[in-house]
Amino acid sequence: MPRFPITLLAGLALGLLAGCADGNSQTPPEADALASVELLNVSYDPTRELYDEFNTAFAQHWKDSTGQDVTVQQSHGGSGSQARAVLDGLGADVVSLALAYDIDQMRTAGLISEGWQTRLPHNSAPYTSAIVFLVRKGNPEGIEDWDDLVRDDVEVITPNPKTSGGARWNYLAAWAYALRQPGGTDATAEAFVTRLFQNVPVLDSGARGATNTFVQRGLGDVLLTWENEAFLAVEELGPDAVDIVVPSLSIRAEPPVALVDRNVDAHGTRAVAEAYLRFLYSPIGQRLAARHYYRPADPQHASPTDLERFPDIDLVTVDDVLGGWSSAQETHFADGGVFDRIYRPGA
Amino acid sequence: MATLSARRATVLPGFGLTLGFTVFYLGLLLALPLTALALKASALSLAEWAALVTDARILAALRLSFSAAFVAATLNAGFGLLVAWVLVRYTFPGRRVVDALVDLPFALPTAVAGIALTTVLAPTGWVGQALEPLGIQAVFTPLGIVIALTFIGLPFVVRTVQPVLADLETDLEEAASSLGATRAQTVRRVILPTLAPALLTGFTLAFARALGEYGSVVFISGNLPFKTEILPLLIMTRLEQFDVAGATAVAALMLVISFALLLAINLLQRWTQRRHV
Repeated sequence: MPRFPITLLAGLALGLLAGCADGNSQTPPEADALASVELLNVSYDPTRELYDEFNTAFAQHWKDSTGQDVTVQQSHGGSGSQARAVLDGLGADVVSLALAYDIDQMRTAGLISEGWQTRLPHNSAPYTSAIVFLVRKGNPEGIEDWDDLVRDDVEVITPNPKTSGGARWNYLAAWAYALRQPGGTDATAEAFVTRLFQNVPVLDSGARGATNTFVQRGLGDVLLTWENEAFLAVEELGPDAVDIVVPSLSIRAEPPVALVDRNVDAHGTRAVAEAYLRFLYSPIGQRLAARHYYRPADPQHASPTDLERFPDIDLVTVDDVLGGWSSAQETHFADGGVFDRIYRPGA
Repeated sequence: MATLSARRATVLPGFGLTLGFTVFYLGLLLALPLTALALKASALSLAEWAALVTDARILAALRLSFSAAFVAATLNAGFGLLVAWVLVRYTFPGRRVVDALVDLPFALPTAVAGIALTTVLAPTGWVGQALEPLGIQAVFTPLGIVIALTFIGLPFVVRTVQPVLADLETDLEEAASSLGATRAQTVRRVILPTLAPALLTGFTLAFARALGEYGSVVFISGNLPFKTEILPLLIMTRLEQFDVAGATAVAALMLVISFALLLAINLLQRWTQRRHV
């Protein structure tokens, strides 16, 4: 027994040494910079499968056009946490996040130059999605539109907009709907959203947690979610478990992509990183996005069978309804904003 | 003379070296991050601080976090003592397995624990199904938070009490009973005083651990503001909104209160120890 800690320490020391040796054995990047290059794409959770496939396609494309090998590393997590990691020094060459607001934080910090959202077409969002409803098979509660979500007998599942980027889209979609109703004002919209959130029994901290609450724990009658997540849920659970309900009006969820200027300049990867983002808009990129249930910015390139899955929805944008993300964030989700008012004690 | 006696007292040489290492190690692992925390938090003005510590939502979360952690640590003190007692005093088939199981909450990622507990306790889960007819809802209530915190805190009490209990000779109890003490008296005057310091240590550790717990609680609590929102979640919320100063300020507030509480428990522990000796 007394020998044990010594063995353990020796083991630890060996492990550390091995770790150091590993670190040293890596060849400096300049040595083979011409033959190969590495990119880091810091993204949010549900894009994992999309970028798995897209990165392979891009590597092929880049090899064919320049003869250079490119390896794209992926990092996934909650959009806000990912943005914070990049702010704290995670060396992302490109970011592909859930909200323009998260990327705006990097602009504020000087990592990304001004006007990033106009450097690429379509508001820098090569693919979009919409907020839809996921209900139980056969829609037993008869949920057809946003008005049904404020009924007394309906339980709504959505994550917390304060901790989940996806949930901010849910919230703003409800807000936009209420605002567009006859006689809709900020006051009626706030009342509507307040009633909706009174029907929310659990505020999960992230989107996947909310999906689990709805699907695995059988809680709630309707889940507010991104269309691509809803399709994935149907695919995972089989069409016998849940149905997708498309509301009369929804919001165009635009997960934007951007070049992290400061990092690509430091890594010397600007050209390839730019090509990477452009390639998202190429026919191949657009087809892959549609295959992974994102609405492609240029639908003509996508496969018609993939496109058939997307129903026509009347979609508004954050710019239309709220004048952009910064103002939406300020009004609704900042401390003391509308969302905090919803949860005042006694409210 | 003092150095000489110190030298004579230790078997292992190198007091200077080991102390130097200890100070360096603690500095690197504790003092440095805590200083960074204090610095980040000091970005807030005094007025902002005041607004923070009087904010109703933060106070509600503070109350919930501390009371749930306290209840969980108390439960652990009671049941942990029981578990330690059974493991030390009895031999039964599978004792080693039970002994190993006690450490499981240490090893398990807390998020996994949270998801597993929620699955079992949800109205659709095995235990939840049985609880629902009784009108008890465990998940998404403070009860669920206490359950999660009890789960992750169990090993602390068992592992601190176990060795003390093992050292406690049964002779003492036999002597007590041969001198005419009842069982209750033996427990109260012989066993408990000896165990009290270890039990308090275990309680403190479980309490401290429960206070900072995040992973397991976010899944089971439901995170409703003013109802089931714990303080670590509010810290995360601020971080998600890129409000690092606000997050660290809440963290600092939590740290100050925990430190005061731990200090108080430590003093209490000393007092029980001194009284016993």
